[in-house]
Amino acid sequence: MANGTLRMTRAVRFAPLALLLLIIAALVWRLATPADTNVHSTLEGKAVPGFDLGEALPGKPALSSADLASGQPHLVNIFASWCVPCVTEVKVLEALRERGVRIDGIAVRDRPEDLAEFLALNGDPYERIGSDERSQVQISLGSSGVPESFVVDGKGVIRYQHIGAIEHSDVPMILAKLEQAR
Amino acid sequence: MKRWVPAFAGMTMILCSPVLADSNLPPSYWSNRQLPDARQEAQAQALMEQIRCLVCQGQSIADSDAELAGDMRDLVRRRIAAGEKPSAIRAWLIDRYGSWISYKPTAEPAAWPLWLAPIALLLAGAWLIRRRIRLKGR
Repeated sequence: MANGTLRMTRAVRFAPLALLLLIIAALVWRLATPADTNVHSTLEGKAVPGFDLGEALPGKPALSSADLASGQPHLVNIFASWCVPCVTEVKVLEALRERGVRIDGIAVRDRPEDLAEFLALNGDPYERIGSDERSQVQISLGSSGVPESFVVDGKGVIRYQHIGAIEHSDVPMILAKLEQAR
Repeated sequence: MKRWVPAFAGMTMILCSPVLADSNLPPSYWSNRQLPDARQEAQAQALMEQIRCLVCQGQSIADSDAELAGDMRDLVRRRIAAGEKPSAIRAWLIDRYGSWISYKPTAEPAAWPLWLAPIALLLAGAWLIRRRIRLKGR
């Protein structure tokens, strides 16, 4: 019995060291492969929640969820004139529009005069723009920031969520997602 | 000395980026305003303390100064004022962002270790104490 407890305590004595090494290994692993801190919408594969936004600019058609179920796939871009990455993204969206992509915008917390200036400066790839003054449609889509984009198929079902700006290198992938949504 | 200027400019830009990332609109009406009905406000406050901010992850929307958190408080207060139950609003948010959005622990399988750990630790402690008492008795 005495012998047994001695062996036991020896193993127990090294347990804190083993635990420490385990914790260090876990920390090193997490530092080397950082966790994905993006919050993904859980609405992929589900219908776009119903919404009906007012016009963001005089003369520009407004956006409602009914406009998205038009039989054609749409790219819904959540953006804002006050969002810095949106400035570069809008040029990539212009390239997508030239390749026949229908792009609709949801302008978050924006003012018509700021939006007009933003579009005049950077180009306007949007068919329709809805004004989301209190971020309510953004929240109902499960989006957590600007810019974000949703590929919506012709029946109005969300097929893909892109978090962050669409870069030039993302164009083939976005086109493929739109093709799949056809 | 001049060498520090770009570094300083860079640092100021990084420190100021939250300012650049804010809109020109004032906060939404109910984001920083209490509901007139004290009972409804208490319900809204309790829920807002359990909903995670999407921008400052780790803060609740009740604590966060982010604009999106303000808009989420506006959403919570409007829905409570319209008579919706806090549990329904929480479920609506979980439908969109996953159970991540709520601080209230769930009973999902992923959370089972969390619920079982205290019981396991108590049992382990009891076993250790029992052994001690036995050894002393000899």
